[in-house]
Amino acid sequence: MYNGGKIILGLIIFLALAAFPFYSNLGGSAKKAMPSLDTPVIQQLAVKECVKPGEYMKREHMKVLDQWRDEVVREGKREKILVGGREFEKSLQNGCMACHSNKEQFCAECHGYAGVKPYCWDCHLSGEGGQI
Amino acid sequence: MGMLFSLFMVAALIVVAYAGVAVVNMQNLFGVVIPYAAIAIFLAGVILKVLKWSRSPVPFHIPTTCGQQKSLPWIKHSSTDNPQTTGGVIMRMALEIFLFRSLFRNIKSEVTDGRATYGSDKLLWLGGLAFHLTFFTVLIRHLRFFAEPVPAMINTIDALDGFMQIGVPHLLMSGVILVAAAAYLLWRRVGISQVKYISLAADYFPLFLIISIGLTGIIMRYFAKVDIVSVKKMTMGLVSLNPVVLSGVGSIFYIHMFLISVLLIYFPFSKLMHMGGVFLSPTRNLSNNSREKRHVNPWDYPVKVHTYEQYEDEFREKMKEAGIPVEKE
Amino acid sequence: MENEQKPEELANIDFNPPETGWMDTPPEFKKGIFCYGSRPSYLEAVGFPNAREWKPTDEDWKLPDNWKEIVLEGMKERLEKYRSFKIFMDICVRCGACADKCHFYIGSGDPKNMPVLRAELIRSVYRRYFTTAGKMFGKLAGARDLTEDVIKEWWYYFYQCTECRRCSVFCPYGIDQAEITMVGREILNLLGTQTDWIGGPVANCYQKGNHLGLEPHAITSNIEYLCDDIEEITGITVEPSFNRKGAEILFVTPSGDLFGDPGTYTAMGYLMLLHELGLDYTWSTYASEGGNFGFFTSMDMAKRLNYKIYAEAKRLGVKWILGGECGHMWRVLNQYMDTWNGPADFLEEPVSPITGTKFENAKSTKMVHITEFTADLIKHNKLQFDKSRNDHLNITFHDSCNTARGMGIFEEPRYIIRNTCNNFFEMSDDETREKTFCCGSGSGLNAGENMELRMRGGMPRGHAVKKVQEKYGVNMLANICAIDRAVLPPLMDYWAPGVDVCGTHELLANALIMKGEIKRTQDLRLEDLPGVEDDDDDEENNEEGEE
Repeated sequence: MYNGGKIILGLIIFLALAAFPFYSNLGGSAKKAMPSLDTPVIQQLAVKECVKPGEYMKREHMKVLDQWRDEVVREGKREKILVGGREFEKSLQNGCMACHSNKEQFCAECHGYAGVKPYCWDCHLSGEGGQI
Repeated sequence: MGMLFSLFMVAALIVVAYAGVAVVNMQNLFGVVIPYAAIAIFLAGVILKVLKWSRSPVPFHIPTTCGQQKSLPWIKHSSTDNPQTTGGVIMRMALEIFLFRSLFRNIKSEVTDGRATYGSDKLLWLGGLAFHLTFFTVLIRHLRFFAEPVPAMINTIDALDGFMQIGVPHLLMSGVILVAAAAYLLWRRVGISQVKYISLAADYFPLFLIISIGLTGIIMRYFAKVDIVSVKKMTMGLVSLNPVVLSGVGSIFYIHMFLISVLLIYFPFSKLMHMGGVFLSPTRNLSNNSREKRHVNPWDYPVKVHTYEQYEDEFREKMKEAGIPVEKE
Repeated sequence: MENEQKPEELANIDFNPPETGWMDTPPEFKKGIFCYGSRPSYLEAVGFPNAREWKPTDEDWKLPDNWKEIVLEGMKERLEKYRSFKIFMDICVRCGACADKCHFYIGSGDPKNMPVLRAELIRSVYRRYFTTAGKMFGKLAGARDLTEDVIKEWWYYFYQCTECRRCSVFCPYGIDQAEITMVGREILNLLGTQTDWIGGPVANCYQKGNHLGLEPHAITSNIEYLCDDIEEITGITVEPSFNRKGAEILFVTPSGDLFGDPGTYTAMGYLMLLHELGLDYTWSTYASEGGNFGFFTSMDMAKRLNYKIYAEAKRLGVKWILGGECGHMWRVLNQYMDTWNGPADFLEEPVSPITGTKFENAKSTKMVHITEFTADLIKHNKLQFDKSRNDHLNITFHDSCNTARGMGIFEEPRYIIRNTCNNFFEMSDDETREKTFCCGSGSGLNAGENMELRMRGGMPRGHAVKKVQEKYGVNMLANICAIDRAVLPPLMDYWAPGVDVCGTHELLANALIMKGEIKRTQDLRLEDLPGVEDDDDDEENNEEGEE
C-alpha cells in the first residue's frame, strides 16, 4: 500500500500554500506605496521641513504621535514645538494635518500598503469623512 | 556540547549576516540570492523527502489503537481514537495535527517511596501547541509583506493578535508567545536531566534559530525600527521575481531574512520534517479495519512453510494411536 | 531462576542519567537482565543463519565475517520495505514524551530503556550510513559508526522491549518503538543472535504446530485431562473433537492454555462453554498454536508459522475460525494474518450459530475473538450464571498490550466479567486500557534467566495491582492473554502477594450453569467453593433458600 494518490495530493496542497506569494504576484503589477506631499500648504512652504527629518518620521512617527498624545491629553503640556522658525501644534489634526491634509494620499497610502491599521481615527475626525 | 555548538552556530550566522551587510555591503547576496536559494531548497527538499518516504510502502495495517474497537453494535466504539472508517481517520489526524491529541494524553510517571505513581502533565502539550500555533499565526501575519492589496483576513488576524493595544506599534501577542514557548522548549532540554541526556545538537540548533528569528523580528518591530514600506517593496520584489535592494532598510532586516533562509534550507534535512511525516505515520493514518477489509502487501512473496502433509507424515502413527483422523491411512 | 532482590530494593530506582553521554556509555551485561543465546539446533530447524554455540557474555559473538555488510544491507532493505521504519528514523524530535511511558524505564531507570533512546541506538547508525548530514558531521549530527559493540548494545536493549506500543500512544507522531524493535530484532536474526527462549518455541511451532512442542497425542491427552477435571466438577462429560473435517468452526488458542496453570483453567472454560452451547467446532493438532513467537524474530518467520491456521481451516472445510484469549496472537490475527496468508475466500463471513449475530468487523479475516463471541451470547441471554460462585473473588482486569493497542478490545472482556462476577474493580485510567502496562515479559522475554528484568518491567503493573489490592481487597487479576497467565503469577507473588491470575473464561465457566450439572462444590481449580456446603447439607440449604 503506497497511497501515492493521497501523497501527491498532499504535496500539491503544500506547494499551493507555500508558493502562494509567488503565483499570486505573477506579472508584478502590484501597486507600490507612493505617499504624496503635494498639498496646497506644503507647496507654499519655502522650507519643506517636518518636526523631525523625513527618514526618522518614516520609522518613528507613531512614537511621536503617541508621545504628543500623552503630553497633551494626560499631562496638559500644550506648548508648541519650534522647528526652523516654524511653530507646530502637538496635534494630529491641527499639527500634522495642517500640512498633510491629504489623508488618503499620505497616511493611507503606506498604512494600506503595509497592512497597518492605526487607531488614530477611532477618535479623531479625519476631516475627509472617511477612515484610514 | 550539542547545545553550545548550536548556540555558537546561530551566533556565527548572525555575525555573518551583519558583517555581510554592514561591512562588505553584500545586500544583494543576503537580500536576494540567499532567500531565493533557500526557498528553492525548501520546496524541492520537502517534496523530494516526502516522495522518498512514499517509495517505501506500508506493508501491514498497524494503527495504534487508543480506544474501544468497533465490534458488536451495542458496544460503544471510540470512533476517533480507534477509527474504523476513513472519516474517523480524518478526524483522528485532524485532532493530532491541530490539537496534538497524543501529547494531550501525556502523564508524568514517578517512583516515589518505592511506588510507581502517575500524574497529569500537560505542560509539554501546552508549550508545544503554543509554539506551533503562534508560529503559524506569525507566518500568516507575514503575508502582509507578500500580497498587495493586503487581504482583509490578514488585517483581521493582525487586529486580533494585537487587540490588547499595548504600545505603538501595538504589541502582537503571537510573537511574544512564540519566543516564550520556544524558550520553554529549550529550558526543558537543559533543565530536565533525562531530556538533556537525549538531546542532540540537531535539537538545540532549530530552537536557537527560531528564537533568534523571533527576537530579530520583535526588535525590528518595536525597537530598532526599519522603514516598513521599503521592506515590503523588497519582499514584494522577491515574490514578483523583480528583486530590488533599497537603502533605509537596516541590517536587522537582513539578519532576520538570513536566519529564516537558513531555517528553510535546514528544514528538509532535519527533524523539522515531522511536519510532513506526521501525515504519513502508519500508526495514526490507518483505520482499524484490517479484519473487515484485507490490507495488501505489495512486496509479499511466498515463504517456506511446514505443510499439513509433512506434519501428518511425521506424526501419522501417533495421530492414529490417539484416534485423530488422518488423510492417508 | 528467582530474583534475589527484595521488592523494596528493586523499587529503589535511580533515574539520574550517567555522567557520560549515551554513545560513550557501553552497555554492561547484567545477569538477570538478558536471556541466553539460542542453541544452534533451534536456528537450524527453521533455517535461520549463523547457527552456533554462543553466549551473550562472550567477548567474541562469532558473527559472520561480513556481518557489517549484512547489517547495513538489512537496514537498507527494511528502509525500502517499511514506511514506518523509514519515517520513524527521520522525524523523531526527541521531545521525551515517550521516555517515562516505558515500563522497563520506570522499572530500571536505565536511560537506554527510554523508547526515544532505544530508537536512537539504531537511528544513530541510520544517520551515519544513510543520511548526508550523518556522513559529513558524524557524532555532531548524532551519528556513530557500526561496531560489534553496537550490535551487542542493540541486542541487549531490543530484548528489553516487549513491543507493547505504550510509547506510541503518547508520541505526537505515533512513532512506535515496537516497529523499531521488530526491525532491530530482524536484523539481529540475520546474524544468528537469537535468544534461546524465542528460538525454542519458534522451532517447536514450525515442526510440531505449537510453541510447547506438544505432539498430536499430547494435545489430545492434555485436553482429555482437562475434560476429566470438568467431569469431576460438573458431572458433565465433555468430548471435544480434533482435526474433524466438516466442523463449522475451527478453534485456535495459544498452546500455553493446554499446559500450565492457570492457563489450563481458561482452557477448561472454553471447553465447558463450547460444550454447553453444543457448538459444532473442532480443535486442530496441526494448527495448535494461536500465539506466534515468529513475530518476535522476523516477519517472514511469523508468516511461516501463521500459515497453518488458514491452511488447516481450508483443509478441514470449516466456515470460520474462533480464537482464544491471547495477546500477541490477536495483534497478529487482527493486523497481519489476512495480509500474510489471506485472502480467506474459502471461509464464510462469521455468524454466531447461537444468536445469528454477524461479526461484520471480521468479515475478511473470518476470525472472531472469543470474548466478542461470548459477549454476544450473554447479551442475547443465551447463558445462565450463578455469579455467587465467584463471590470469593475481588477481581481486577489487566488489559494486555497487544489486544489494547493493536486491536482495542476493552469492553468485551469487561462485559463478561461484570456478568459473571459480583466484585469487579478497575485499576486507574493511567494503568489500563490504551495506557495499560505490560506484564514485563511479553515478546518472548518470559524466560527464567532474565527474572530481574521481568520483575523490573512488570513493576508498574505490579504496583497498579497492589494499589487495588490495598484499596478494594483485590485477589484475582483477570486478563485475556496466555503469556499474562504464565508470567503474572510470579509477578504478583513478587509485587502483590496474595493476588491470583485467571482468564475471563475461567470466571465465566465457574459461574456458568450447565444443563444437567451436579451441584458445584469446587471451582475450576478443584478448590472448594467458599460458602457451599457439601451434598449432605443440601436440603438444609434449600430450606434456607426458600425462606
